Amino acid sequence: MKQKRYLLYSLVLAALLLAALIAIDNSSLKSSMLSTILQKGAIYALVAVSLNLLNGFTGLFSLGQAGFMLLGAYTYAILTIPVEARSSVYQYFNGGLVQFSLPVVVGLIAAGLVAAFFAFLIGLPVLRLKSDYLAIATLGFAEIIRALIQWNTLGPITNGSNILRKFPTYSSLLFPFAVSAVCIGLVVLMIRSSYGRAFKSIREDEIAAEAMGINLAKHKMMAFCTSSFFAGVGGAMLAMFQQSVQAKYFTSAMTYEILLIVVIGGIGSVTGSIISSFLFVACSEWWLRFLDAQHYIGGVKVPLLRSGFRMVVFSIVIMVIVLFYRRGIMGTNEFSWGAIEKFIKAPFGRKAREEERKKVTTPHE
Amino acid sequence: MSNTVLRMEDLTMQFGGVVAVNNLSLEVNEGEIVALIGPNGAGKTTAFNCITGVYEPTNGQIFYRDEILVANYPQGKMKKLYAGENAGKYTKVVSRTPDQITRMGIARTFQNIRLFSSLTALENVLIAQHLHIRSNLFGATLLSQLSFVKSKARQEEEHMYQRARELLVEVGLEQYENEVSGSLPYGIQRRLEIARALATNPSLLLLDEPAAGMNPQETRALTDFIVEIKDRYKLSVFMIEHHMDLVMSISDRIYVLDFGKLIAHGTREEVQNNQRVIDAYLGVAEDA
Ligand SMILES: Nc1ncnc2c1ncn2[C@@H]1O[C@H](COP(=O)(O)OP(=O)(O)OP(=O)(O)O)[C@@H](O)[C@H]1O
Ligand SMILES: [Mg+2]
Repeated sequence: MKQKRYLLYSLVLAALLLAALIAIDNSSLKSSMLSTILQKGAIYALVAVSLNLLNGFTGLFSLGQAGFMLLGAYTYAILTIPVEARSSVYQYFNGGLVQFSLPVVVGLIAAGLVAAFFAFLIGLPVLRLKSDYLAIATLGFAEIIRALIQWNTLGPITNGSNILRKFPTYSSLLFPFAVSAVCIGLVVLMIRSSYGRAFKSIREDEIAAEAMGINLAKHKMMAFCTSSFFAGVGGAMLAMFQQSVQAKYFTSAMTYEILLIVVIGGIGSVTGSIISSFLFVACSEWWLRFLDAQHYIGGVKVPLLRSGFRMVVFSIVIMVIVLFYRRGIMGTNEFSWGAIEKFIKAPFGRKAREEERKKVTTPHE
Repeated sequence: MSNTVLRMEDLTMQFGGVVAVNNLSLEVNEGEIVALIGPNGAGKTTAFNCITGVYEPTNGQIFYRDEILVANYPQGKMKKLYAGENAGKYTKVVSRTPDQITRMGIARTFQNIRLFSSLTALENVLIAQHLHIRSNLFGATLLSQLSFVKSKARQEEEHMYQRARELLVEVGLEQYENEVSGSLPYGIQRRLEIARALATNPSLLLLDEPAAGMNPQETRALTDFIVEIKDRYKLSVFMIEHHMDLVMSISDRIYVLDFGKLIAHGTREEVQNNQRVIDAYLGVAEDA
């Protein structure tokens, strides 16, 4: 009964979102800041969820997300640039080595697979060690891979430190949303499956998980490769969104941005990561931009506002969150209609609330 | 085939110079409840940790049914440190991880409860069934959540839930199904930890101080509970316990450990009347 009602709410919400996106897609808003935020938000949401699968659900700490995105972005670009465009893109490398071009969807999947493969290689030695080593190894990996891709000797494949472009991109705003939705849907299904429960048990208590027959190395590997797969797909989409790729942008600062999104959203909450992605992108690209510009109120220059001040404010926000709201927006809870209904009813129905309290509270997944 | 489920031979566990378990030999037979008792720091938990693969023993062997479960002999720098008299007796190394050992049919609980504390009671039990899963990651991800597609993965998932709920009913915890396990009352947590161990489908159950922190009434209930699950699931039980009424009322045999060494073993009466045991432990334990 309740389930059906919530399903209906969800469908209505999804339909409204879809309608709004289609409306934006077909209006002058398409080239607006709003559209940029939505696209980048959708892409970051996927990457944040992929990191959350690792940090929040499996209890592993990785700092390599930008590295896996980089691999995904490059794989996609290298494999999908049309053959006829290659001579101009790889102008310093005689049109490059790769002389074929794959369809978009295949390119996206390949992006994920290459990222997952590298995760596998890193995981093989590192995941048998104590968890802390993963953070160090992945951080190192991200730095190395960024340097390696720009290495001139690999130029015929990666175009060295030159830009990659002219690969197929999307025309509709719906594309990044559709891809992210499918991928996040898969992550959620995984988390709710028996394997997802095993991941959570590792997060809760490794010793107990192992004593319950869970092969730690194998399950950590699964989580790590899956996480990297989706980071790779996210990287490919970021390339499509920017219409070009260059290795030097995939710095550890990008990893920290994503980590921050996960922390703000709530470590262990998928919906938290999604909400916080859009908020974060909107703040950093739009709402807090004014902090970087000089403003005059009544002829008086507002103090402090200047280029770079945005980052200062950002850092303070982060510190406040880490110090006082360590659980983020959602904690480990997920968005649920039940909670929304309760929230709306709260001021009106004290009685309803008391009844709710009497019942055994059912924590939401 | 003998009816010995677990056999430990000359087991020694040394941490540097500290000999936590010293030349311990013991047996647990099919269908028995065997107790391991001894003062604090005697090495009881360490012995459990050797059986379950948490530690690699320094010397000795452990058999599970007719198979070597764990075996080791002093090597490297342990060769010099090893203080026991059985140097050279063993030459085999068999080492298994805790998950492999659980898979073979040995499940355990922990002295300091180790539930998956932010997960529900039901999830705790579900997780313990994961070791038997047949669907792979892809099948489980794509199909196990979709109730409208009849797939193997879905059936397996439904079966896991059904079995987990049954088990909670069987151990009398059904009303806590959806409660976060870390916030359950202490006694209930202990019982849930046993239920979780049962969910792995063991034939040998190791209980590390299952009655720790329980009042006499709870302890009595637990005593009946242990006998009940032993019969229902056809288990052999090996337990560490300080509550003497529990130990004396249900143990078939008792081993007494002091400073890592076995000081006595036998039936309840034999152990109860053993002067060394009274001096080393029982005299003290009565008021502990
Ligand atoms: N990992 C370890 N490293 C070093 N010493 C250890 C380790 N584990 C146990 N010990 C030592 O081994 C000895 C036996 O400890 P153990 O935990 O097995 O005792 P116990 O019989 O279970 O005692 P209790 O009744 O208090 O639980 C202790 O002296 C302890 O300090
Ligand atoms: Mg102990």
